[in-house]
Amino acid sequence: MPLRRWWERSSPVPGAPQARGLGVTVEEWLPAAQDVAAAGGRLLALWVSANPHGAAAYAAFMAPAGVLVLRLSVPANLPEGFAYPSLATLFPAAGRMERAAFDLFGVQSSGEDRRPWLRHAAWPPGSFPMRSSSIADEAPAGIDTYEFVRVQGEGVHEVPVGPVHAGTIEPGHFRFSVVGEKVLRLEERLGYVHKGIELRFTELALLEGHRLAARVSGDSAVAFSWAYCQALEGLSGCSVPPRAAWLRALFLELERVANHLGDLGALGNDAGFAFGLAQFSRLKEQLLRVVAEAFGQRYLLDAVVPGGTSVDLTPGHVQALAGRIGQIGCEVQELRRIYDEHAGLRDRFFEAGRLAPDLAARLGVVGLAARASGQALDARVDWPCAPYDEMIPKKIVRQAGDVAARVTVRFDELEESSRLIQRILEHIPAGRHLASVATPPAGACGVGLIEGWRGPVWIWLEAGADGAIRRCHPHDPSWQNWPALEHAILDNIVPDFPLINKSFNLSYSGHDL
Amino acid sequence: MLKTLRKIGSIGIVTEPAPVADELLRVRAALDERVCALLGRALCIRHVDAGSCNGCELEIHATNNPLYNLEGLGIRFVASPRHADLLLVTGPVSRHMEIALKRTYDATPDPKLVVAVGECGCTGGIFGESYASRGAVANVIPVDVAIPGCPPSPTRILAGILAAVSRLPAFVRTSAT
Repeated sequence: MPLRRWWERSSPVPGAPQARGLGVTVEEWLPAAQDVAAAGGRLLALWVSANPHGAAAYAAFMAPAGVLVLRLSVPANLPEGFAYPSLATLFPAAGRMERAAFDLFGVQSSGEDRRPWLRHAAWPPGSFPMRSSSIADEAPAGIDTYEFVRVQGEGVHEVPVGPVHAGTIEPGHFRFSVVGEKVLRLEERLGYVHKGIELRFTELALLEGHRLAARVSGDSAVAFSWAYCQALEGLSGCSVPPRAAWLRALFLELERVANHLGDLGALGNDAGFAFGLAQFSRLKEQLLRVVAEAFGQRYLLDAVVPGGTSVDLTPGHVQALAGRIGQIGCEVQELRRIYDEHAGLRDRFFEAGRLAPDLAARLGVVGLAARASGQALDARVDWPCAPYDEMIPKKIVRQAGDVAARVTVRFDELEESSRLIQRILEHIPAGRHLASVATPPAGACGVGLIEGWRGPVWIWLEAGADGAIRRCHPHDPSWQNWPALEHAILDNIVPDFPLINKSFNLSYSGHDL
Repeated sequence: MLKTLRKIGSIGIVTEPAPVADELLRVRAALDERVCALLGRALCIRHVDAGSCNGCELEIHATNNPLYNLEGLGIRFVASPRHADLLLVTGPVSRHMEIALKRTYDATPDPKLVVAVGECGCTGGIFGESYASRGAVANVIPVDVAIPGCPPSPTRILAGILAAVSRLPAFVRTSAT
């Protein structure tokens, strides 16, 4: 059955544009996913929801026509041996999502890899924090053992790295199997910064959830809080004032520019060019300061709120922002020429950490990393929400899939975002920046999809009684891209790992939840 | 190369004066003179993310940018706790990071200082305490200085770090200029 048939059976889901939902039976779950895969669709997220009102496994896909959310009801009492069909053979990234869903809910997929993913030792096997609230949290968590895949042969040795890393970065564990300096295999182990975000959501009111969403991954605060608000506004039927939509896009592009500036500096530094870090971090600081002047916060963690934005743009700040963005744009051009001509950077960037386009497609990579590997995916363009429907961004795509390509995509996106920012500053409509949000009925579900600087950020939101959150699942694009890093590093040397890792710059917090 | 040198020349030195140590951020008694003399001026910091959302990390990075230029004060980040005098810890402390944080603390030679960064490092923040989170850094290791903010600005972070070591004669001079 072609994808169109499933699409015709589905019905709209409030929130993100062109999102549709469809309940399927356990026999239909896999065939539907197969048709999505055959049509070139991508897995967007996979999660489980279980509460006294019912239990279900969900999979959201980015299909050519829009976003399709499949819902598979699972028996609430979870009979012994129950497992829903795994999607990991179709969408490799699904494997970890299914393992994570099991760790939290105890709903098992048929996937072969049954190792825990988010659960280390903070709670015992057989207990599931999202199902029972009675998990003892007094005893300090011990150290658990994890079965890494062993590479054997003459001269093979393992290099364990982390969880505490050598720089100012988030914790995670990398297990390298190495011959000489060459990496034969990398296996990641994440979950160290799992802090119970999904349970915490259920303790908050719908109107407070955006604050937690912004803190799922602090570097993507605007993307997450916007996606959350989009879902909430969808399910409560709130229409956001045009000015608020434009302000949100301004915040999102500022977030993209700030992160790209930071990454471009760090990438230069990781290749031994400290000049790059000094210059780009100076530009980033200049940007953050003008943002703080205009909106009262350097990072816009609390700028997007249900119904609109918490802050408005005053005419005086328009000029300051426009001037700063213009100056940064000019300097970035200058620095780009320096990067392009720098023999040392060229030597380190080209061919390093290559993720070929066909492999990127097979792994289902998303966002910036996908666009650097020939995948023309950008939710702002593919399924634009306001105001992107009025100012379609240019999709930046490169084919090479190496560190150089990810650097180039950042340079180009920086330029494109600067153009969008200037356009917003010139044409932002007048009017209110905040509307009131009605309390949605219990059981209503909504979705949010925003292309953050790293990739598509997804929110699944279910309303509870009296304005409570029954379930909120935030999904960071790092879920899809972490497994790709394991491939990109192959046949590279261990000392290039920091550079290659940085070129992806994935979120630990956004993934570990 | 010429372009690089020209750029360096045209930008010049952009470093701003360091903020004054903020004694109000101190939560434990100050270091005694003997310890201060031992630590000397070249303070080494080991950052530990014990569960943060990565927002605080962005601002900790910023303390090293040319405008704040933490290294210009003789303070630098090091790769191992064994080289460190001060642990800069962001939180909340996830239960999965609890042992790693304790081991990092134990690996840091005495005398040592601990600065908790951010709302979550100070109180557990929006994440609080749960099956997965221990909350404040002080719930796991002793904390000398706690810097609230979500995330705290680089200036606040600097003021907090300087508060931790403000009894050092060298720092009194630096931060007074």
